[in-house]
Formats: sequence, structure tokens, C-alpha cells
Amino acid sequence: MESHIQTLMEVLQQTKGYIYPNEVELHWGLLVVVYPYVTGLVAGAFILASLERVFNVREVQPTYRLSLLTALAFLLVAPLPLLAHLGHPERSFEIFLTPNLNSAMAMFGFVYAWYLAVVLLLEIWFDYRKDAVIWSRHETGFRRLVHRVFTLGANDLSEHAVRFDRSAGKFITVIGIPSAFLLHGYVGFIFGSVKANPWWSSVLIPVVFLFSAMVSGIALILILYMLTSLFRRMEIDMRCADKLGSFLFYALIIDFSLEMLDFIHRLYEAEESIGILSQMISSRLFISLVVLQILLGTVVPLVLLGIFSPAFHTRAFVHAPAELRRLIYFCAAILIEVGIFSTRWNVVIGGQIFSKSLRGLTVYKVELLGLEGLLTSVFLLILPFVILYVLVKFLPPWPEAEAAAPSEPNS
Amino acid sequence: MKGPESETMPDSRATGGGANQPVDRREFLSRSLPAGWVLLAAFTGCGGEPSAPAGGSEASAREAGSAPDSGSQAPASEVETSAARDPLAGYDPSQHKYAMAIDVDRCIGCGRCVEACKTENDVPREPFYFRTWIERYVIQRNGNTVVTSPNGGISGFPPVEEAEILRTFFVPKLCNHCDHPPCVQVCPVGATFKTEDGVVLVDHDYCIGCRYCIQACPYGARFLHPVTRTAEKCTFCYHRLVKGLVPACVEMCPTQARIFGELNARSSPLARFQRMHKIQTLKSHLNTEPKVLYANLDGEVS
Repeated sequence: MESHIQTLMEVLQQTKGYIYPNEVELHWGLLVVVYPYVTGLVAGAFILASLERVFNVREVQPTYRLSLLTALAFLLVAPLPLLAHLGHPERSFEIFLTPNLNSAMAMFGFVYAWYLAVVLLLEIWFDYRKDAVIWSRHETGFRRLVHRVFTLGANDLSEHAVRFDRSAGKFITVIGIPSAFLLHGYVGFIFGSVKANPWWSSVLIPVVFLFSAMVSGIALILILYMLTSLFRRMEIDMRCADKLGSFLFYALIIDFSLEMLDFIHRLYEAEESIGILSQMISSRLFISLVVLQILLGTVVPLVLLGIFSPAFHTRAFVHAPAELRRLIYFCAAILIEVGIFSTRWNVVIGGQIFSKSLRGLTVYKVELLGLEGLLTSVFLLILPFVILYVLVKFLPPWPEAEAAAPSEPNS
Repeated sequence: MKGPESETMPDSRATGGGANQPVDRREFLSRSLPAGWVLLAAFTGCGGEPSAPAGGSEASAREAGSAPDSGSQAPASEVETSAARDPLAGYDPSQHKYAMAIDVDRCIGCGRCVEACKTENDVPREPFYFRTWIERYVIQRNGNTVVTSPNGGISGFPPVEEAEILRTFFVPKLCNHCDHPPCVQVCPVGATFKTEDGVVLVDHDYCIGCRYCIQACPYGARFLHPVTRTAEKCTFCYHRLVKGLVPACVEMCPTQARIFGELNARSSPLARFQRMHKIQTLKSHLNTEPKVLYANLDGEVS
């Protein structure tokens, strides 16, 4: 606590203009930045998976299962940053038991449980059940046990049963799309409904969150698909990569348009908060908003994808060899991830850097250690990849694993 | 001196049958926790109607909460014993509706109210934890406004350094005990609640420390207590109100810039103040309906 007080004393020295005395401490820090970022990846990855299932975009089929497992791995981590930032994590179950039904945040548990239990787990189960049954028949030891438990005793491999799996999976995906929208739109609503805060209070925030979620989810799957192919020494399906690049471009265009709409709308209305917000953007948020989010995270990837991906025609504006296209897609996706993380940062931290008196700015100092420190956030961003690694070991998402059912799965 | 826990908890019991009664809810929960877990497990397992178990708990909690007040179910002797134990038993919140008025022209920025508040409520002494504070506005001829609040104004203010001053004044700030409190709306567990007599309180044994209420407060009136790790704010010195006393800041103000009383009474210092002054509230466009009423407030104050 002493170091915390010391930090606040330093912050007090660095404030500019007048802020309410209680605003020296910035309450939603790095962990609350991580939370919408992770949730967005879940929603985005799931929506990508639904492209193949519901909208019959055959090209992205190689990433279908990977998207589902990625969504699950990140969803399992999603509540952890929230839990770690609570003053009393041990009381968090009260949100489930006695929620205040008027509170946007109280719905988190229910939205989360719905998405986890009804959408993701069920869809993965239906999708993998047949394979798990076949795998378990040819395996021994722990893997056999895991796959047997996974099947929950449903070992029917008849054509009728497999067909049912497929149609049930499709039905759940249809439910899953609005659920994914709900999950992340809801996170946006938590911020967008705070009327006390002019930076957050916007009806566009949930929509912007949704499209930025799609952008970050597709970019993540693109990165994972390329990296896993590289490590598995498998050829990247360029039809799939091109399609992912195109979808990334479309989603990014919509996301950027919405953000610009929000920006221009604020500027044109020029309400009383405009002065302090402009001051904040040109000073405290310049690097994270103008450089990272807009320039590097949006404009550069848009140009790259617009030129080199077949987003407008079957051919790109500039036809680059496959190897170069892969590199461009990969770089664009990495830039996009940095940009979307900056977006979350700018929303969460930006909303607290200016005073509600509209007369001053404070600073945010990231602490290294402690439950709300930098290390915890880094750990929570790495953890989903560890979970994904384990999931992939037991539920290999590769097309050849599915086909080669009777033999040892190639993971 | 009273600690935060001892202050709000008995009050919430005293207020009895209010809709948001965390204490009663908790008592109810401790009795029915196993059933709650079964409901939760059933819900998470089958993904059923989300609000069903919650709504059930809420309704039952209200029933459980109203039982002690009605006295219809408890034996008379038991009620008497509990009344003897509880010094607040004679207080009837339904008979009150509190508000505070502030005459900006009377405030001299001495900081006695801030000191009284910190002492009375055991507020941490560091310069970023305040239940009440004073701001000084210095408006210069060029239209520039300089606002300061060194250590919340607890030790008064240094001499004005700005040149070409048009006007200057002090504004005491505190929780506005809004009639439509955004903090109460957003609290995910109902730990922040509005009592029947209109005061907004925090149940420190129930608050999970999510800080959504701090974000939702337009007035910067809340903070997270560094020791209890729960949300903190002005309570109008509720522990004093139930004993018929006024808040510490009101009592200590040497110029009677703060007037406290019944909002609905026809004859009270507050009613008289409202008759004699034009009244404004802070950030009225947000429709929070504050119950801290300002007279002679300058348009520069936000």
C-alpha cells in the first residue's frame, strides 16, 4: 500500500489543470484494458468460425476448428482480469447470486455463462464428438480417457447421429452469432452507458466494439493459422489466407468508418467536453491513439490489405507472389492486433485521464508488480495461448487429423 | 470516531423494508446458500433463463427483509430484545427526506468542514481521498478560470497569485445524494443503495470493489478506501442523523454556509433557505436530481 500511495503522490505532481481530488487515482487500469481486448478476440474468432458454418464460406474451412478452440481458450481467461481487478475477488460470486438487475455489469455472469455453456462448449462438443469416439477407440492411456469423457458416453457413429451432430452444430452457430454480438456489444455497453463520462457515453461504442472485435478476431486467427502451419511444416492454403485477408479488410473498413463517424460527430457537435478531449488527444493519448491506433493499427493495414488482398476482385490490385502476400498478411495482422489493443487502451484509460470537471488531465502509471500490475496483464495475455496449446493437443483442429481418424491423430 | 463499517450497516437495518437491502439479502443468503448454489449450478449447466434464480433471490430477500419490521412473524419478546440491542431501533426513515443546501457566498474556504469530515468518518489523510472538499475559483478579466483545491482545501488556501481578477469564490463539494443516483444504478450487486430517507450509502461488507460506481459518479465524489478496498463516499454522517444530529461538516462550518435539514418539511432551516434563495444543482442536465442545493452558484462551476 505504501508504494501505491507513493505512486499516487507522483501522479498528483503530474496532473495538469484542475481534477477532482478523488480522481488522482485511476480506477480501471491495465487489467480492464485486457478484459475487452480478450473478449473481443473471443467474439471475433467465433464470428469467423460462423462464416464457414452458416454462410458457407468454404475457403476459411481450414481455420474453422482452430477458431472455435481459440475462442474457447480466450473465453476461459476473459473473466480473470476482471476478477483480479476487484477490491474483493472473494465476493465476486455475489454477481451471480444477488445481481442488481438495473446494472449493466451485473449481467456479465449471465452473458458469459450463456456464451460459454450454451454456445461454445456445445458447438465444440457436437463438432468433435464423432472424431473423439473414433480417436478413443484407437488410443490408450490418458488420451483415451480424455476423449471418452469428452464423448459423454454418446458413442453412436451412425449416419443419422453424425448428421444430427452437423445440423445441431449449425443451429448452435446460428444462435451463436447474435450471442457473440451480445457478448461484445454488451462489453461496449458497460462503457457506452456511463452518462457521467463524455468520452464513453456514446451509442456507437457497442457497435464500434463489435466491429473492432471482428477485426481483432480475424487477425488473430490469421496469425495463428500461419504460425501453426509453419511449425507443423504444412503448406498454407493461400485461398484461405486470401479470404481471411479480404474479410479483414472489409471488417477494418467498417470499423474505421464507425470510429471516424464517432470522431467527426464529436468534433462537429463540439459540446463542452470538446476542449479537454482535444487536449487529451493531442497530449496524453497522441502516441496510443493517433500513432498506434489510427496510423499503424488501421491506415497502414488498410492500405496493405487493399492493395495486396483480393478484396475487390478475384485478383488483387497488385499481384504479389504467395510468399510476399503471406508476409504482408502476417504484418498487417500483427499491426492490427497492436492497433486494437491501443483502441481498448484509449477507450478505458482515455476515459479516465481527463477530469469530469472538464478542467484537467491526470496520468496513468502502470505498476509492474501486484495483482493489477503489468506482469499480471502479460500473464493473462499469454495464458490463453497455453490453454489453446493444451486444447489443440487433445482436440487437434487440423483437417488431416479429422480425416485420418483411425490412425494416431497428427497433432 | 466511527469506522465506515459500523456506520452504514446498522443504518441499512434500521431502514427496514427498502427495495435494496443488502444486509437482509445477505441474511437471507446465509440461510439459503445451498439452495442458491443448486440454482446457480442448474443455471450454468443448462443455460436457462438468466434472471430466474436472481429474481427469485431478490424477491425472497425482500420478503426476508420486511419480516423484522412488520414484526408479524417474530415473537414479541424477541422483537423487544433486538430493539434493546439496537440503539437505532427508534429511528423511522420514512419520516425523513434529507438534503443539504450550500450558500456559496458564505463559504470562506477555511477547510473546517473537510477536517471535520475526515476526523468524524476516519477518512484516510492522503490528499486523494475526500468525502467533501472545497474548490476555489479565480476568474480573471481575460475570461480565464483557475480552479484549485490544495489537499481538498483542508488547510485553507494560499493567497491568490493570479493577476487581473474579476471575481473569486469558494465552492464546497460532496456527494449529491442524487434522487436518481447513477452509482446505485450501476452497482452490480446492490451494495450501493438509496435509503428510504434519501441518503445514498455503501454496504462495505457487500461491496466487491469493482469501482463501476466511481466511474458512474459525475461529481467525483467517490473513492476506493485503500484499506477496506471498497467504495467510499459521503453518508451525510448517517450515524449522526439517526441520533438527531446534523452532519459534522454542517456542525463545524463557522459561517453556516452549509444548511442541513428536511427537504419536505414546511418549516425548517432548509425550507426557509429554499424560499429565500434561487437554487441550482450541479450538472442538472444529467438528470441525477441532486439533493445538494446551491445558492449563488456561478455558471463556471462544474
